[in-house]
Amino acid sequence: MNETAPIEHRDYIGAKLGMWLFLFTEILLFGGMFLVYSVYREVNTADFHEAGMEMNMTIGAVNTLILLTSSLTMVLSISAIKSDAKMRSIFFQAVTIILGLAFLVNKYFEWSDHIRHGFYPDSPQLLAMGHGKILFFGLYYVMTGIHALHVLIGISIIGFVLILTLRESVSGKDYVKLENAGLFWHLVDVIWIYLFPLFYLIL
Amino acid sequence: MEESWAEPRLREKFMEDKQVERTHVPNRVFVIVWIALLCLTGLTIKAAQMKMGEWSMVANIAIASTKASLVLWFFMHLKYEKRVFKLLIFIPIITVSIIIGLTFFDIWYR
Amino acid sequence: MEASFYHAKTRYPGIFGWLFTTDHKRIGLLYLISTLSFFAVGVSLGLTMRLELIRSGMHIISAQTYNAIFTIHGVVMVFLFIIPGIPASLGNFVMPLQVGARDVAFPKVNILSWWLFIMGGTVVVTSLFTGGGPPDTGWTFYIPYSIRTGTNVSLAVFGVFLIGLSSTLTGMNFLTTIHRLRAPGMTWKRMTLFTWAIYATSWIQLLATPVLAITLLLIIMERFFGVGIFDPAKGGDPILFEHMFWIYSHPAVYIMIVPAMGAVTDIIPVFSRKNIFGYTAIAASSLAIAFVGYLVWGHHMFTSGMSDTARIIFSFLTFLVAVPSGVKVYSWIASLYKGSITLGAPLLYTLGFIFLFSIGGLTGLIQGALATNLHVHGTYFIVAHFHYVIFGGAVMGFFAGLHYWYPKMFGRMYEEHLAKLAWVFLFIGFNMLYFSMFVLGWEGMPRRYYDYLPRFNGPNLVSTIGSWVLAMGLIIMFYNLIHSLFAGAKAGDNPWGAASLEWQTSSPPPTENFEDIPVVTKGPYDFK
Repeated sequence: MNETAPIEHRDYIGAKLGMWLFLFTEILLFGGMFLVYSVYREVNTADFHEAGMEMNMTIGAVNTLILLTSSLTMVLSISAIKSDAKMRSIFFQAVTIILGLAFLVNKYFEWSDHIRHGFYPDSPQLLAMGHGKILFFGLYYVMTGIHALHVLIGISIIGFVLILTLRESVSGKDYVKLENAGLFWHLVDVIWIYLFPLFYLIL
Repeated sequence: MEESWAEPRLREKFMEDKQVERTHVPNRVFVIVWIALLCLTGLTIKAAQMKMGEWSMVANIAIASTKASLVLWFFMHLKYEKRVFKLLIFIPIITVSIIIGLTFFDIWYR
Repeated sequence: MEASFYHAKTRYPGIFGWLFTTDHKRIGLLYLISTLSFFAVGVSLGLTMRLELIRSGMHIISAQTYNAIFTIHGVVMVFLFIIPGIPASLGNFVMPLQVGARDVAFPKVNILSWWLFIMGGTVVVTSLFTGGGPPDTGWTFYIPYSIRTGTNVSLAVFGVFLIGLSSTLTGMNFLTTIHRLRAPGMTWKRMTLFTWAIYATSWIQLLATPVLAITLLLIIMERFFGVGIFDPAKGGDPILFEHMFWIYSHPAVYIMIVPAMGAVTDIIPVFSRKNIFGYTAIAASSLAIAFVGYLVWGHHMFTSGMSDTARIIFSFLTFLVAVPSGVKVYSWIASLYKGSITLGAPLLYTLGFIFLFSIGGLTGLIQGALATNLHVHGTYFIVAHFHYVIFGGAVMGFFAGLHYWYPKMFGRMYEEHLAKLAWVFLFIGFNMLYFSMFVLGWEGMPRRYYDYLPRFNGPNLVSTIGSWVLAMGLIIMFYNLIHSLFAGAKAGDNPWGAASLEWQTSSPPPTENFEDIPVVTKGPYDFK
């Protein structure tokens, strides 16, 4: 026997199981951040409420709607490929990517706005505002930053799978890569579902 | 790789895979879930504006968890997966709860 | 008869056939070589520390250098040797064979894991020689010193992050393999207890490592951007850092010990020709240790300033986690009782493991009690405890497994008398080196100090001499294992007469492990 090709086997459920297990690690990664958030909010409740006033709820809500809709389009792309509707699947994958990019553009404007107003890590203005507010903004940048990184990674993964769909190596017969890309994308959505109230709805 | 029918477990696995793959969820289900998610988002904004103090946060986490459950159950296909997947999802949830919970025995009582 | 996996025609020629392999057996050996190389580095650092501490007032290195050395000793031993340790080397090689699979579920992810490990190790080694010099914070990187020190903390911590990613992916791979790729007839209850141990360990690797990842990332962000999350000057809580660090690092010690317990559990039935006593209890105890291990991290923080409520709760939970380990020790002894015992090297190392691990475990209870913890925290008592459980426990178990699976991996037998001679040196040297530390710690000698009061001279001298005896044992053992690769007697398929699946194929196995996937009809320790 030779080893010229890696030992491959088709195990649809195994491939999904692997992805779900990987998602568990992401839940724990963000879980650690939620732990830090919950501790500091408990200890600095009033400051967190005041700092929360600086957040733009509209952008937050729009971004929430964007991600929820992108989850829908992702699911529709999988339905499409299952019915062998290749172009429809590609359409929905492309829309998902565009929605993801819109999310990131919003984030860019949001962060630029905060930075222009002097709210960024180690800024003299922030340092003068006291511990609670420093912690709130520190957590804001870290958590939404790492989340945005995952949005970017998700977009790249979907882009990669879109190319595979065009080439038909993802098809109605073998679409687990698309499903797994979808699972990752939905998790990114779930994380934001929790980030939204924690940062934008403290009033 | 050729399916080797001499290997019974492979045959079982093949049948299992086919069964899960065959479940067809109509698109209308997903659209209804999406609409529910939008409504819940609106609800959570309302709950925040009602200014119930820290109860706002409890309500918001509850609503967020409902939304997350909908995404997990329908969009992530958990409803149609094998039972083992449904059991396994509790493991990270319980783990995160434990690490936050036990830490708070320190934070609350210092 | 198929050629062994060593002679496979590979996709890439020569050494690249190893570096870019997807064969779990080759990957296991890649890990074995790299982790043992890092072990050698860690041992050298340890011997240097012992040399510095041979006598009060005598110095061969500066205080700063000493701090860097104990930091690197910890980082290398923990992250580059013992955590990948058994799972990545023996687990990779043996587990797929034991479940009757041709490879792991995701072979390409498997080699990616190894490359992440190597890259992480390279980054850690680089941090010793660049910028502000090697970190001097201890392997625990406590705040606030780790965000204030000018040494290369960010680089070292990033290296550890990469190694953590490697560990997480391996956990995911092994879990999927065990769930999905077992041979026909291999029910959960017919798996070996080594595989059960790898299964439980993989859950810990999967779920705990991400918490370390985020903690390390936050250190880097604190050092570069001043986000304030851990900086006390900005409202950050150093105790919160300790919580997050130990939420990973305590379960991490179970990543270290559980696979070693699995290895010795496979060895005992074979060398006493008797089915294992308490199969279900042992399997369940591996899972129990994995679970309860998540509940006890606060026992590293009893003197840190945590609330009294938290301290009492963590102390109570710590006593609970000892129970499943006790279940295993009783089961092992019951398995040996009235067995037909052959005292081969694997069993000798196993018995050493049981004895040394028990001492380590019992002293853990002393530390778990709040009042006594206050007395011993930060002293050499702690150092002795964890070396007994990790070195006398996990590493001794690793050595037992190495000897046991040696013929399967290399197709040759090591020399039995040399193996036993090495054991004698190891056992005597180990106890001289570390038992002295129990005495020193109890008498009040602090840890992580480059000097000490003259009244501690006696046990320190014994300890340093012990380190030389131990080193001699390691040299003899590794000489034996390496020399036997070329000069050892050829081994048959099943030199031990074992019943688990890895022994039902050739030594070494062919690339695809089995000519035909076996159909399993009996248990792994069923010798009839």
